[in-house]
Amino acid sequence: MSPRILPYLLILPVTLFLCLFFLYPFALVAQQAFSNGAGFTLDNFRDVVTYWKFPISLQNTLLLAAAVVPVQLALALLMATMVSRMERGRDLVLYVWTIPLGISDLAAGIIWLAIFEQSGFLNSMMTGLGLVDQPVNLLSYQNPGMVFLAIALAEIWRATAIMLVIIVAGIGLIPKEYYEAAEVFGASPWKRFLRITLPLLRPSLQTALILRVVLAFEVFAVVAALGGTLFPVLMGEIYAYQFDLQNGRAAAALALIVLAISIAFTLVILRVLRVPKGATI
Amino acid sequence: MAEIQIKNVAKKFGAYQALSDINLTIHDQEFMVLLGASGCGKTTLLRIIAGLETATTGEVWIGGKRVDHLAPKDRGIAMVFQNYAVFPHLTVFENIGFGLRMQKLPNDEVKRRVERTATLMHIEQLLKRYSGELSGGQRQRVAVARALAMEPDVILMDEPLSNLDALLRLEMRAELKGVLAESKTTAIYVTHDQVEAMSLADRISVMHKGKIVQAASPIEVYRNPAAEFVAGFIGNPPMNFLTATPAGDGKWTVAGQVVDGPRLGASQLQFAIRPEDLGPAESGLPATAKVVEPLGAHLLVTCEVDGHSFRAVLDSDLTVKPGDRLTLAPQADRIRWFDPETTLAVA
Repeated sequence: MSPRILPYLLILPVTLFLCLFFLYPFALVAQQAFSNGAGFTLDNFRDVVTYWKFPISLQNTLLLAAAVVPVQLALALLMATMVSRMERGRDLVLYVWTIPLGISDLAAGIIWLAIFEQSGFLNSMMTGLGLVDQPVNLLSYQNPGMVFLAIALAEIWRATAIMLVIIVAGIGLIPKEYYEAAEVFGASPWKRFLRITLPLLRPSLQTALILRVVLAFEVFAVVAALGGTLFPVLMGEIYAYQFDLQNGRAAAALALIVLAISIAFTLVILRVLRVPKGATI
Repeated sequence: MAEIQIKNVAKKFGAYQALSDINLTIHDQEFMVLLGASGCGKTTLLRIIAGLETATTGEVWIGGKRVDHLAPKDRGIAMVFQNYAVFPHLTVFENIGFGLRMQKLPNDEVKRRVERTATLMHIEQLLKRYSGELSGGQRQRVAVARALAMEPDVILMDEPLSNLDALLRLEMRAELKGVLAESKTTAIYVTHDQVEAMSLADRISVMHKGKIVQAASPIEVYRNPAAEFVAGFIGNPPMNFLTATPAGDGKWTVAGQVVDGPRLGASQLQFAIRPEDLGPAESGLPATAKVVEPLGAHLLVTCEVDGHSFRAVLDSDLTVKPGDRLTLAPQADRIRWFDPETTLAVA
């Protein structure tokens, strides 16, 4: 076997797999989005964008991402800093913190529904403590703030760990000597975090943020479980087009719009957190 | 004035006694080298002085002020790390100015001091670069410049040259000595390299198993080692040892020869002589040459005396072949004696 061919041969199966199950369906979706059955058109995009639910679902999706991702980033950084200072029991704590990652997002939504619904744990607790006379319907259209909060909490609970594991790995790569040097030269613990940890963590932050932001635009099952139709998001609308309205072309067009938003944010993150040449660890 | 006093410092890591009974005074503007093999505790001692490690017991005083309870930044020190610890995400300028920025000095003062120290270390043309674009030697210069820019009372260096290649090390060594002498700072320098220690130090503290065995000038440490460990550690090749038995009234028998020695009632002593203090003569220690290494300037002959391995540095004009029988006479005033029980030198 020629050593020049071997690497290509080794990546052939996965390339074929990706082409068959990712690129091909993607091309089909794109073709569907730009077609009206007879030829090329932008009508599908026009239709989905002008539909009255598009602005509100776009706004909801962006708002949710804007509320959830910064909190998750801050929490993940805090938790990662704590974990990396631990001498013993560090693995155990990490395992416990990453348990929510192993639960499907629909199951996570249902767990939080069990807390927030009218006969849920939160209501039982409030009634038991005498805070309310009778259970209140927290997740109703009269409480849009509460619905948003419940969804945000569930998302934070469910998906902070994905950022945590990436950041813990990133912090582990920063040599201890940098911290000692910073300490000797007068940096307080907070300054060390700002001036050493954060900048040296940029590659990990990039990965964690891209992953998390893209996932935030794909939020669906948690919203479906907790908000139902009260809180429309882009993914929910795609589902509705495809299965409720039986309009595959509109669903495809909306899916491409979500993809474009994801790509745009990815590029912004890559740009903002770029590491200059020669400035890597 | 930045005299450093270390009083009764000891350090334990769990059950392991890393340092014990350390008492040392380093004078203002003195260049003190802590020398020892790896694991002897020299870096731990430096880190205790820096405040990166806490002594289990004992006190550290800098400039008449007790500092062992203070944070590193409040001790008036700067440090050069073994792996340089030049921050990769900052330019050379910001690296050198890091400590000054932390002190919140005005911009023009930072600029002035960074440029001055960069010029001193000959890296003024690199100020805009990142550390990934620098060679090991240049990074080393940045690390030293960063420490000097602080204008510290004390500069601490942890094997700063050990990662450089031999030629660069020689060059940096001379440069460091000049720069530090000019800056008038007190310096503590950790190394396992005895040549580095000899060439840089005003005084050397030889450390062994968590203790300071001898603290004296390089030539004193070399000529009059305080213990067998120092005699065997300093000097390349190290000192030769032979067992001596009393031959009455200040006379000792070494390898069948009677040598003048200390008037002591001991039943045994260690006779020690440096390889370069031996010369071929009519009478002396009978030796059989085993290995002959011509080193250009001289001839290193490893031979056997009284069943022990024994090295002599001889004139390179001599012709010696393995198997030759030699008579090596030790230079009388260079002979040293050690007590085999305490391993300490006896006068």
